[in-house]
Amino acid sequence: MKTTIKRLQTFAHYKPLFMQLVAKDIKLKYRRSFLGYIWSILNPLMIMGIMVIVFSSMFRWDIVNYPVYLIIGQTIFSFVSESTNQAMWSITGNAALLKKTYVPKYIFPLSKITSSFVNTLFALGAMLIVFIACKVKFNIYMLFLPVILLEVYVFCSGLGLLLAQGTVFFRDIQYIYGAFITAWTYLTPIFYPIQQLPFELMWMIKHFNPLYSYITQFRTIVLDGAFPDMRLIVYGVVVAGLSLAIGLFVFLKKQDKFILYI
Amino acid sequence: MVENIQEYAVVVDHATVRFNMASERIDNLKEYFVKFVKRELMFKEFLALKEISFKVKKGESWGIIGTNGSGKSTLLKLICGILKPYKGTVVMNGTVAPLIELGAGFDGDLTARENIFLNGAVLGYDKRFMSNHFDEIVDFAELRGFLDMPIKNYSSGMAARLGFAIATVVRPDILICDEVLAVGDYAFQQKCERRMSDMRKRGTTLLYVSHSIESVKEVCDHALWIDKGNERMQGEVDLVCNAYMKEMGH
Repeated sequence: MKTTIKRLQTFAHYKPLFMQLVAKDIKLKYRRSFLGYIWSILNPLMIMGIMVIVFSSMFRWDIVNYPVYLIIGQTIFSFVSESTNQAMWSITGNAALLKKTYVPKYIFPLSKITSSFVNTLFALGAMLIVFIACKVKFNIYMLFLPVILLEVYVFCSGLGLLLAQGTVFFRDIQYIYGAFITAWTYLTPIFYPIQQLPFELMWMIKHFNPLYSYITQFRTIVLDGAFPDMRLIVYGVVVAGLSLAIGLFVFLKKQDKFILYI
Repeated sequence: MVENIQEYAVVVDHATVRFNMASERIDNLKEYFVKFVKRELMFKEFLALKEISFKVKKGESWGIIGTNGSGKSTLLKLICGILKPYKGTVVMNGTVAPLIELGAGFDGDLTARENIFLNGAVLGYDKRFMSNHFDEIVDFAELRGFLDMPIKNYSSGMAARLGFAIATVVRPDILICDEVLAVGDYAFQQKCERRMSDMRKRGTTLLYVSHSIESVKEVCDHALWIDKGNERMQGEVDLVCNAYMKEMGH
């Protein structure tokens, strides 16, 4: 308990650093690019456009408002993949700094997740454009969307902490995680309807892929104009909390050894 | 021993630091697995510091001397909190500003202006504090004309000047310096030494590592000599430095 209070005080002391790191990532992302932040909106739109062309001509799925269906899955998935990939490198990438001065180490993975999250908020602009273009009806349940984003954010924070500490000790986690992300892309119903899958696989995804919960919650609100199934929400919140608890626990347990391996 | 702990700025008590030898470092799973199966997963341990004890009173200035690889920088890292002792304890009273490597917190792609705020944040100072001291930092570093240039285009001397200016703008209770003044031209080194002695006059405690015995004698009043992780001698700066120089064959 005493250490928890001390940690919170330390975090409060280093909050300016956290803010600076997040601001730095956002500033540097589009520095020296002509269109700058507009890319945060343009890029998802371009990817969505390509996927709509590819998938609506190659496969004939009966999905109403396919562009909307697609961009929701794509935005959430790319946040998860981008933020965790960056968090994975955050400790080893700041080795020079960590060797020379004391700063709380969890600040680095958390700042990467947060800067990715801010980029995702920009990308919501792209989503909004698609919603308007596809004549999505706005509804009161949309007020719940920030909660879903928060679930994903907490989930990614835990996963990011776990990956960041793992990479310090075993650099090959990057390759394993790279393959894992590819598998995850196909095992998440981003561009296909989950009903297309064989029953066992569908069951597995519904139970073991938390992204299914987050994406489905989002889609239910936007596409069906209904409040998502309570079980999905509970599942999403519990998995996010577990992820953060496990990530933090392992990270804090291992952090004193980082200096010997970076 | 009944002593008032508040009298001391730094108390290091029987501190031991243990490393796994660098040659034995395993950082990929395949190697780990092979070693694990062969039951060779034994780490060759190496004690970088053995049972070091010393106490620094507030306002004192200690030089830490010794040959390369004797554990001087390890000791400073231990005091900064970067390393944790394997055994023993380290207690600090007061705020610490480490000058272990100037500009360690710089990001090459950011401009000097942005880096001032970033580096200040690394040292734990918020934006308002840094804004208030911004001009002071820039003037001390003499870099006003280069504020909007990315740091990667700076020379190492310029970056070091900026780093020193940021780290010393705060008036820390304890200042920790590791060979930082080796970069920078003569005029700037003089300026840094003046600033350090100013801070000393205001009661800042100083821990100083240098290979230059002259500068240790000039800046410090006490010294600690460590050799291969063991304490050889501690006490008055002249006594310790002379013994050290004698051993080195001068």
